Amino acid sequence: MQLWQYVGRRLMLMPILIIGITLLAFIVSHLVPADPLGMVLSERAMNNPEIVAAYRARWGYDLPLYQQYLVYVKNLAHGDLGESIATQRSVREDLAQFFPATLELTLAAMMFTIFIGIPLGVIAGIYRDSWPDHLARVLALIGVSVPVFWLGLLLLNIFYFHLDWLPGPGRLDADIPPPPTVTGLYTIDSLLAGQWATFKNALAHLFLPALVLGAYTMGAVSRMTRSSLLDVLGQDYMRTAKAKGLSQWAVILRHALRNALIPTVTIVGLAFGDLMSGAVLTETIFSWPGMGRYAVTAASYLDLQAIMGVTIVIATTYILVNLAADITYGLLDPRIRIGG
Amino acid sequence: MSQTPLAIDKDAFPAAEARRPSRLRLGLRHLRRSNAAMIGLAIILFWLFIALFAPKIAPYDPLEQDLMHRLEPPNPVHWFGSDELGRDIFSRVLYGARISMPLGIVVVLLSGSIGVVIGGISGYVGGAFDELIMRVADVFLAFPSLVLAMAITAALGPGLNNAMLAIVVVLWPTYARVIRGQVLAVKSREYIEAARSIGAPSHRILLRHILPNSYTPVFVKASLDIGAAILIAAGLSFIGLGAPPPIPEWGTMISMGRQKFAQWWIATFPGLAMLMVVMGFNFLGDGLRDLLDPRIRRRG
Repeated sequence: MQLWQYVGRRLMLMPILIIGITLLAFIVSHLVPADPLGMVLSERAMNNPEIVAAYRARWGYDLPLYQQYLVYVKNLAHGDLGESIATQRSVREDLAQFFPATLELTLAAMMFTIFIGIPLGVIAGIYRDSWPDHLARVLALIGVSVPVFWLGLLLLNIFYFHLDWLPGPGRLDADIPPPPTVTGLYTIDSLLAGQWATFKNALAHLFLPALVLGAYTMGAVSRMTRSSLLDVLGQDYMRTAKAKGLSQWAVILRHALRNALIPTVTIVGLAFGDLMSGAVLTETIFSWPGMGRYAVTAASYLDLQAIMGVTIVIATTYILVNLAADITYGLLDPRIRIGG
Repeated sequence: MSQTPLAIDKDAFPAAEARRPSRLRLGLRHLRRSNAAMIGLAIILFWLFIALFAPKIAPYDPLEQDLMHRLEPPNPVHWFGSDELGRDIFSRVLYGARISMPLGIVVVLLSGSIGVVIGGISGYVGGAFDELIMRVADVFLAFPSLVLAMAITAALGPGLNNAMLAIVVVLWPTYARVIRGQVLAVKSREYIEAARSIGAPSHRILLRHILPNSYTPVFVKASLDIGAAILIAAGLSFIGLGAPPPIPEWGTMISMGRQKFAQWWIATFPGLAMLMVVMGFNFLGDGLRDLLDPRIRRRG
């Protein structure tokens, strides 16, 4: 199969997947036995028959279930995700506001994942079955085993409450105004505006949550890097490279690593899903005003429109990231182009 | 001539019968070669023991309040200190094993069985049915696990049973996918063709020949997933969707210590217990993976 066929097949499956995602989110949100209007509207609005009638008409609540779904999809196609009862605003506005905070946190966690996880895996693979390998294994396994919310509390307690080395929850100190919005990422926006003090403060606020969030994916990526490096090191062409007299490091860096890192591209794409799961808990601990905390608030208020909106946006972002990762993989490794 | 297939049939099945237990014994002997797997197994057995005998070991009733001794730091009476209602944290941590360990195991058994049945049939039948099942699995896998579990638990109503149900819903597609891949690989082997040529019915081929030869990655995944299930359940409890407060569930206990930085012991000890248990399952799974993956089994 040619590369363009492979990419084409993946792209053709995307709409099916997105329809499936909205359908599943719709079904889940309709598991609630209660009257959905009571969940969507505040008590005061419920007593106003005009608002109730308007809502019923807009979301088609008196229609059969499958037609309600069609109405939801039609509104979705116009970018209308409904209103949140918790924030009294449209879910789309809410998500637009909270998305950059999550993006900044996730990207920072991804940095930890890549710049600590991959070297850790490489060292473990090279020094297989000796103490660096065992140490790396223990670190990686702690990373994938530690409850993120507990690690967050513990580190906040040590570095903020007891030692006071790092700032507490939130994206900035209370007395520092956010930088003018360009990207919504405080570290980048403050640099663009030349606000050095704001940048340092934003970076200090970002450090702990990113480390906590990245712990799991760091562990997973380092294990993956190790096993794919070991896989490559066992190949015949490695023996050839050694036989022609290359030094061990030349063999590893020039030949092994380049091939070993290809599967890591996939795991980094998949890691994005783990980061989104982790963000839910990390943002709760660090009062980080992102989508994860928004999702938790929505879930605890049974704010159905918000829950549906946030899960659909997160899932869609996730499959797009994985599509990008898979295409990159296809470009890097010609062997993969055969199957779907 | 017509006798020949029967003769093969008679010979083939006792042989297959005899091979399975010996393979298990082989697996255990292999297991002993991996330090990681043995350490993991030891940790798991240790905590299973605690879960089993918590009522005998725990010095206090985990629900017994003692308002005269609230928020005490660790001391000889309360080894892990006491919480804001004066309950003994050490006893509560021990009892927590009775919730998290069976929860993780039951969730993985359920999602694993559902996934293996659906994925096994999907891979064996193939065609449009397979395509449909895999697209359905893709949709489930498009949601980050905790996000979907959270939405389901919120919709069903908070509580430990709903949280478990949600995690089963989140995990089954991963098993379906793994077992389907295995079945596709095994299906084309000669011995399956042989079984079919002697007239063995489909369900027999699937149950007796294909599935037993496809289980290996499922076992590795299951041991890793028990840890993951425990973490997701605790995460749900932490945000108030899992076990409600008086229950000594580790995630719920950690959330009690959330606003209390000065009383560090409230959150620290249940978290350490959970870290240990989850690490036990991950050590076992990681060791198993190393042993069973022929590509990276010993060099040479």
